[in-house]
Amino acid sequence: MAATPTATAESTSRTIGQVPETWRQSLLLSRYQFRDYLRSRRFILMMAIVVAIGAIISFILAYFHGTTTIAGLTSSSDAFYGSFWGGGAYVVIIFAGIIFGGDAIAGEFQNKTGYFLMGLPIRRAAVYVGKFLASLGASIAAMVVYLVILVGNGAVYLGTGFFPFALVESFAIALLYLLALLGAVFLFSSMFKNSLYAVLVVAILFLFGFTILQDLIVALVKIEPWFIIDYARVTIAYPFDATLPPHIATTTTMGPRGTRITTTTYSPTYPEGLAIMAGYFIFTAIAGLFLFEREEFT
Amino acid sequence: MSAGLSLEAVGLTKRFNSFTALDHLNLKVEGSKCLGFLGPNGAGKTTTLKMFTDLIFPSEGEAFINGVSVQRDRKRALSVVGDLIESPEIYGSLSPREALEMSGALRGMRSEEIRARTKVVLEEVKMSEWTDQRFGRFSKGMKQRVNIAAALLSDPEVLILDEPSTGLDPRGMAEVRSIVRSLKSEHRLIFMSSHILSEVVDVCDEVALIDHGRLLFYDTLENVSTRLNANASSVELSFVRPISEETIASQIRPIPGVTTALLVGPQRARLIISGGPETQAQVLERIAGARLGLVSFEPSTSALEELYLREISKGD
Ligand SMILES: Nc1ncnc2c1ncn2[C@@H]1O[C@H](COP(=O)(O)OP(=O)(O)OP(=O)(O)O)[C@@H](O)[C@H]1O
Ligand SMILES: [Mg+2]
Repeated sequence: MAATPTATAESTSRTIGQVPETWRQSLLLSRYQFRDYLRSRRFILMMAIVVAIGAIISFILAYFHGTTTIAGLTSSSDAFYGSFWGGGAYVVIIFAGIIFGGDAIAGEFQNKTGYFLMGLPIRRAAVYVGKFLASLGASIAAMVVYLVILVGNGAVYLGTGFFPFALVESFAIALLYLLALLGAVFLFSSMFKNSLYAVLVVAILFLFGFTILQDLIVALVKIEPWFIIDYARVTIAYPFDATLPPHIATTTTMGPRGTRITTTTYSPTYPEGLAIMAGYFIFTAIAGLFLFEREEFT
Repeated sequence: MSAGLSLEAVGLTKRFNSFTALDHLNLKVEGSKCLGFLGPNGAGKTTTLKMFTDLIFPSEGEAFINGVSVQRDRKRALSVVGDLIESPEIYGSLSPREALEMSGALRGMRSEEIRARTKVVLEEVKMSEWTDQRFGRFSKGMKQRVNIAAALLSDPEVLILDEPSTGLDPRGMAEVRSIVRSLKSEHRLIFMSSHILSEVVDVCDEVALIDHGRLLFYDTLENVSTRLNANASSVELSFVRPISEETIASQIRPIPGVTTALLVGPQRARLIISGGPETQAQVLERIAGARLGLVSFEPSTSALEELYLREISKGD
């Protein structure tokens, strides 16, 4: 309790309750938000998406098992998880981010639920962080379900080494990617007071917008696209790679009429990939909160 | 003991682009009382209350609750406040019990307190039987009732209510009125916006009137009638059968003490009686004795209404 000179005003007050500290309020709020997510249709939708992806993978594995088509995939745990987790987890993460975060802030304005919360003695930061934690929790739940489906398949096809340490490492990087993505999703959600816009912009950007942007930048401007979150995404698969791709690779091919075409491909180094994600998270979280603090409930 | 209870607006101004919704409002309300905040549509009432609850930010000026600036320390300023602004929505998957539990927990109430108060306030708004149903399917009026319950949950010493009876059926409106009346207590300041004059007359002690973002007056309800017509009281009479203008002219207007007598409906008349309660009693006895079919008389809200209309028309 802070010993402020106005402590007397509180002691004579009839109002029940000593308002908790901001971090406690965030945790409290996240609990109710999370409960709301668990009961919502969107949670069922998300789980349906994850289970559908998992079912397709399981089916393909079972169907082509023993054929040369997928022999490479089940040859080692690195190959297996490198493809399905390293190359697929981001799809689950992006869907989760959109579904659990897209309207998190925008919805408070649009659905007027914000009026219920913001009339309470609570800082906006507590609301922002509380909602972020709830979205994070719900998204992690989706990731875990996907992981369990993969590990289940791994147990069938990989034998004893079905749970490699690289998977733990990769899961941790995926969490970092989730943080960065949710940070960005919350930023866009604070930018628009309309949930639909927020969800649309986030979906377009993360599902293909960033990829196109990255390709354009590399092709036209010919610089390393370190400022685009998609670029860092491949890092999730690095724990499964024996050798990492070269940071900059230049290939020259012969074009028509004897012209030479030089193509440069960039891949982030391991620390660079992590730094990009962390940077995205920090920047978007601060910017989003900054916007939310200044937004009016008109 | 109402030390420390206060709401104060200092030069409070809100501009939306070039439009001034609230123009340098200076208002200080102190002590245990109910202030009716009146004004026509678009006057700036909600705008004012939103700045008192930090939902929007002033272009100029500051709002204080018990001396604490809402703009500088919203958490402390709002810790003593229960508010209801613009009929909020509550997460559809939560029940009233859970919504109140969340609200109480965020306010730092202990779980036993929350449980006990939840029961009390939901009973008060007549929503007990819906305690564990989810919000998703509630009607507008039912939601508003729970919102009122949420505002009352912590038994706050300051209540900021923006047209609390909107969206309610006539019985609901009457219930809200009686809830607000019952809330007036030794240590509570109620700031309630409304454009229903009778509601304000019914429950409030003081009125502030704003229009076009400017404060027109702030005074006690008693002074409102005095302001208009010193030492006069206004009464509305109802009759069982229609009465004519002639009857009024011949039988009512001549009664000593009656300064004005107007027909305001086929079976209704409004009187302004000068003189004290004695004169008023004599006038009413004479009318009752005249066998015109008088069924009721009640103090009319017309003093406030007249002042309201007069002040508002000045601005146009
Ligand atoms: N976000 C906004 N942008 C522009 N103008 C606004 C905005 N919000 C309110 N206004 C204007 O400010 C003025 C005051 O609005 P306010 O909601 O405070 O009125 P009110 O007194 O509460 O009216 P009512 O009785 O209809 O509820 C109105 O003219 C309104 O159009
Ligand atoms: Mg209003």
